[in-house]
Amino acid sequence: MKQIAILQFPGTNCDLDTKYAFEKLGCTTSVIWHKEEQLPANIDLIVVPGGFSYGDYLRSGAIAQFSPIMKSVIKFANEGGKVLGICNGFQILTEIGLLPGALKRNIGLHFISKFQKLKVVNNSNSFLQKCTKNEVLNIPIAHADGNYYIDEEKFRVLEENEQILLRYSNAQGEPIVVNGSVTSIAGVCNQNKNVFGLMPHPERALEDILGSTDGIKMLKGLIA
Amino acid sequence: MTAIVNIFLKEGVLDPQGKAIHHALDAMEFEGVEDVRMGKQLVLKLTSDNKEDALKEVTKMAEEILANTVIEDYTIELL
Repeated sequence: MKQIAILQFPGTNCDLDTKYAFEKLGCTTSVIWHKEEQLPANIDLIVVPGGFSYGDYLRSGAIAQFSPIMKSVIKFANEGGKVLGICNGFQILTEIGLLPGALKRNIGLHFISKFQKLKVVNNSNSFLQKCTKNEVLNIPIAHADGNYYIDEEKFRVLEENEQILLRYSNAQGEPIVVNGSVTSIAGVCNQNKNVFGLMPHPERALEDILGSTDGIKMLKGLIA
Repeated sequence: MTAIVNIFLKEGVLDPQGKAIHHALDAMEFEGVEDVRMGKQLVLKLTSDNKEDALKEVTKMAEEILANTVIEDYTIELL
């Protein structure tokens, strides 16, 4: 049975949804308070969940990167351990430098909360291995700072190394502008393909009654 | 000593908030505004009264947390 550690900061609000999601998929989970310094032994995946850590003060994710637990998270990631950052978790992972780029205020300045179609750009990684390339997924988004920025040179590296995971798209898979992200990027991974970040919330798309089950195959890839 | 740190999005990085303010100024018929950039200002009261040390320390703070140098530039003024 896979062991998942879910981080919790003051202001995190998707920790219990994430716990529910991974338990539904047959994993054991532990929610780890950010003041802890050690991660549980033998974990298979760390999830940095969504929310508003430290009220998004200074910048989204800026203050959480200095929480005591993050030293262990960086060590885990640098040793090849899998880390997934969802929404505010993605922002934290870019702030800390485990993922390239940065997330700015949405182009229209609104908090956007709705179901959004996403195109699978690359599946040559454990996260999206159960999805098909160019497949269109339907996953909720809920963010104010999801406008992904990366400079041209680093963008080319992302593209060449198949680090772009998902793009905001229409139902036909054509990229569309949702929040102003560079080339409509919704999620990326690091060069070693063990650290993943995305603005959409796969943990909210596991049940038909909630509108989509597309989140299942995404999360299942990480625990395969 | 007081340190004033001004943080702005880098040139070439689109500033959605500055743009919205610019639109509002246009809508209010204020003329002659070419561009608006919005940033933030942090005022740090320091115990040190050595300018050189203070600048070194505040630069370190700016690099490590106050600014995200992927998208932001900063200036430091010591008073």
